[in-house]
Amino acid sequence: MPLRLIKFALAREHPEPRMFRQPDCLRSSYDVVIIGGGGHGLAAAYYLARDYGITNVAVLEKGYIGGGNTGRNTTIIRSNYLTPEGVKFYDESVRIWQDLAMDFDLNLFYSTRSHFTLAHTDSAVRTMRWRAEVNKHYGVDSELVDASEVQAACPQMDITCGGHAPIMAALYHAPGSIARHDAVAWGYGRGASDRGVEIHQQTEVLGITTRSGRVTGVQTSQGEISTSCVLCAVAGSTPRILQMVDLRSPLYIHPLQAMVSEPMKPWLDPIIVSGSLHVYISQTARGELVMGASLDPYELHSTRSTLDFAEGLSAHMLELFPFLSHVKIVRQWAGMADMTPDFAPIMGKTPIEGFYLDAGWGTWGFKATPVSGKTMAYTVACDRPHELIRNFSLERFEKYDLVAEKGAASVGH
Amino acid sequence: MKMLTCPINGARPVSEFVCGGDVQPMPNPSTADDATWADYVFNRHSIPSVKQEWWCHTPSNTWFIAERDTRSDQVFRTYLYGVTADDAAQDTAVPDKTVQSEAVQDASSEARSHE
Repeated sequence: MPLRLIKFALAREHPEPRMFRQPDCLRSSYDVVIIGGGGHGLAAAYYLARDYGITNVAVLEKGYIGGGNTGRNTTIIRSNYLTPEGVKFYDESVRIWQDLAMDFDLNLFYSTRSHFTLAHTDSAVRTMRWRAEVNKHYGVDSELVDASEVQAACPQMDITCGGHAPIMAALYHAPGSIARHDAVAWGYGRGASDRGVEIHQQTEVLGITTRSGRVTGVQTSQGEISTSCVLCAVAGSTPRILQMVDLRSPLYIHPLQAMVSEPMKPWLDPIIVSGSLHVYISQTARGELVMGASLDPYELHSTRSTLDFAEGLSAHMLELFPFLSHVKIVRQWAGMADMTPDFAPIMGKTPIEGFYLDAGWGTWGFKATPVSGKTMAYTVACDRPHELIRNFSLERFEKYDLVAEKGAASVGH
Repeated sequence: MKMLTCPINGARPVSEFVCGGDVQPMPNPSTADDATWADYVFNRHSIPSVKQEWWCHTPSNTWFIAERDTRSDQVFRTYLYGVTADDAAQDTAVPDKTVQSEAVQDASSEARSHE
């Protein structure tokens, strides 16, 4: 019997190992300040420390790490996007995801399940075929399949959807996966902290000072920091931070709600998304059904949830899976989605020297956590945008050079 | 927000309405430069605040303006475009029972006078 196990059995106290250090106070300056302690901010801190040796970094989080959209998404990871820029970007993310648990030495419950995007109309079939072709062109495993293949993968599904929206075909994406969202924040956070990055929770940014178009410092609820380099990764709170540096953006904030059922025996292997019914569903390792639908229909800076969301989602979910009619909904919640006009993110440098932006993640941010951390770390370390994110610049709007991902990014439009 | 007051039809469930976005002054398209026009087309004031928004009551196709706090979701007043703020405060600000019952009485007395 291992000695360590005997020692553990005989010990009186079993202190919980902490995932990351919690420094008592802020230092007066840092090389890099990252605003936002979610998956994206912590991933950027991790890669800055690991790949560039930039460790004099503070991550400032106004709440607790991963408490924003990182902890509120429906954990779907895929790369079956529509545009070449989107496909290359998300494919790189999926590649990083596959080894992430090993890199962290942390169980992320990363599970490759495959992913069906259902097409109920001719125009939807056309879009799925378009996505499949672009995906294949860039080496991403997606193909158009017919309704019988969907039925074979999902015997419990009503392919006629109650009779009025029969499934005609589907975009089948084998690499589609789910993961434990909180664990990703903890993994990146621990990795960053172990390499010297400071994580400051309960620390809200109240202002950002600039001089001659350059960042000079950050005012927080725990004191002032002087720095010439700020990365803003705060999703739904982005417009409030941009206001501090007088930047306008096309971001619009709507709540995105989700809900989860009671746990049940495993029956749903793949992830199912329906653009026409505006619903999507997957089953976690704990047996719960995680379900989501469209964005809330108007701007609101709040994470309140509503009964009509649960009713609407349930009604459409029962068209797909009528046998779920007695299943109980255990919990519902919402996040604040920072939407963009083209459903692609806003990443890279800004007109303010030293102010870097990782935003516009709308309903598509969780899957991009690894690649956004990696590309933003490159962008901050080298002071130029990584090639994978060049098309996602803030300037693209005034040039009318939008990245048209609306057909692949969300279920509700 | 569960109920919204249409200036024409009164208080209706919010599911009968569609939000048409912020009320924004439009620059002159023939004289605005590209940057100004792109700013008008794309950029938004997405800070939590009390904003003027376009809303449409879809069953009656009534477009109107609502002043709504985008943090608390509270609607302060709704009014038709072109009506002054004073008129708006009197007609539609809060679901006012006396105003509504007067409208009902007017409608029924009109109906009687047509017989």
